[in-house]
Amino acid sequence: MSTAAVTDKRPSTLRAASLPRWTPWAIAAGSLVLGIGISMGAGLDSQIQWGLIAAVLFVLGTFGIAARVEGRRQAKDRVATSLVWVAFLLAVVPLVSLIWVTAVRGVKVLDLYFLTHSMGVVADTEPGGGIYHAIIGSLEQVGLATLIGAPIGVLTAIYLVEYGRGRLAKAVTFFVDVMTGIPSIVAGLFILSLMLIFKMQPFGFAGSLALTILMMPVVVRSTEEMLKLVPNELREASLALGVPKWRTILKVVLPTSIGGITTGVMLAVARIAGETAPVLLLVFGNPFINNNPFEGAQASLPLYIYQQFANSAGSGAAFDRAWAASLTLIAFVMILNLVARGIARWKAPKTGR
Amino acid sequence: MAKRIDVSGLTAFYGSHKAIEDISMTVEPGSVTAFIGPSGCGKSTFLRTLNRMHEVTPGGRVEGKVLLDDEDLYGTGVDPVSVRREVGMVFQRPNPFPTMSIFDNVAAGLRLNGNYKKSELNDIVEKSLKGANLWNEVKDRLNKPGSGLSGGQQQRLCIARAIAVEPKVLLMDEPCSALDPISTLAIEDLIGELKERFTIVIVTHNMQQAARVSDRTAFFNLAAVGQPGRLIEIDDTERIFSNPSVQATEDYISGRFG
Repeated sequence: MSTAAVTDKRPSTLRAASLPRWTPWAIAAGSLVLGIGISMGAGLDSQIQWGLIAAVLFVLGTFGIAARVEGRRQAKDRVATSLVWVAFLLAVVPLVSLIWVTAVRGVKVLDLYFLTHSMGVVADTEPGGGIYHAIIGSLEQVGLATLIGAPIGVLTAIYLVEYGRGRLAKAVTFFVDVMTGIPSIVAGLFILSLMLIFKMQPFGFAGSLALTILMMPVVVRSTEEMLKLVPNELREASLALGVPKWRTILKVVLPTSIGGITTGVMLAVARIAGETAPVLLLVFGNPFINNNPFEGAQASLPLYIYQQFANSAGSGAAFDRAWAASLTLIAFVMILNLVARGIARWKAPKTGR
Repeated sequence: MAKRIDVSGLTAFYGSHKAIEDISMTVEPGSVTAFIGPSGCGKSTFLRTLNRMHEVTPGGRVEGKVLLDDEDLYGTGVDPVSVRREVGMVFQRPNPFPTMSIFDNVAAGLRLNGNYKKSELNDIVEKSLKGANLWNEVKDRLNKPGSGLSGGQQQRLCIARAIAVEPKVLLMDEPCSALDPISTLAIEDLIGELKERFTIVIVTHNMQQAARVSDRTAFFNLAAVGQPGRLIEIDDTERIFSNPSVQATEDYISGRFG
């Protein structure tokens, strides 16, 4: 391993012994080699274990070497830095591997035919078929849920930040917090019980209602934070011009925060786009194309993925379709996020000259 | 045109805390009145009661009367929004709307309050920016964001925005405290020009500024921390700075306070 590179021999109160720049890389390489060596010696065959041992060695090694050469304060600083790096890698590795595996397995059957055809009479065990019906279902259910949930959520946040005082505001905040914690299956059961009371068959809009319940608290929370970021001085400036409060909110507060609000709504949409449980209960699934969300069972992407896995009976064709649908869903959510970022950048308050 | 302000027995609260107590004064139309006094004595609070901005603060409450040409601002049925159209305000920190261009900032008060034709807006914006001595600096970049201007220019933009709605009274809450001496001079000159059209009330911590710009000066003080602020005296500026009738005023302006 590396040793100290003391560049200046004169005693100085400002300059102390320091490790060369490449030290962290050297320690990382060393601990990786050592980690693999220890694991082989001990007969561990999981690569995850190798990585974790190397990570622990890296943090300990950094501290030991830095403490000997640079002193305890610098050693602590280096340990904090290395911990951040290790945490970053631990978070990124599963994410990258997930996207990689989905992409590799998903592209097998993902083509225009797959995107534009339904399963129809294709049995789950046979090759062929597509996800057009599931895409339509997802778009309609998520779209309707957003149409209901986003305005209610944004208006609730406006009430909480701009008008809410006293008990009612506290109660609303409390119930929003409670709603954030509702498991999706419970939201589904709630709508299901209503459906049973009114003796209705599964249909897309019922799923939308359950998704709305899941979406609203997320929208309220993020919008609230964004509205709180708007400086009070802007509100006062507008009020002092003789602008009524509601117009101040509409023309000054909302335009200033619209970028953040859009991002928040898009993240909420991304969240509900991947929900399976309520859709399973309320929309039921349907291999045929059903364009009407208000009548009859529909499909949706997450539900389609689940059903392909569950009903595959070991058929490779069903697995391939499930992976391709997963890839489509990830792409869908990612495109939404990109759109949200674009809107946020486009609408952000301008500072340039 | 400019209007007279008549305050009698005004007391303002933040929740249960009494911030200012029993203030009475008259501000003549078309004059500049300066408020001076130590921090926390309620100058700004009092200023904000003059256009009903005080009640925007949670817990803000006012007792007493403020007459604007014989009409009580706190009378029953008075709409605070209409009050603020008559009594404009400029704040301590320049606060142009960040999403709007320079043009839109000046036009904001008009646009948000009613329908104006584009040509009318153009005329009013030009007139207001000229009134705020900013026209020559920004006439070529009216569509650029207002936040790209310098601090002094931003403050003059805020003044242009305030005078664009043609108020009768203009309140200024330490308008120069965030500005350099040159920008301050620009705004002080501007105050001298504006007082022909508006009644101006200005809060300032700078006594030279009060002496330079104002016709009348009011001195506020508080007996002790936690006590409400009071109006100690109001008189012609010349008299306040040469021969005040109250000892506390003399102590304050000559730096022998406390």
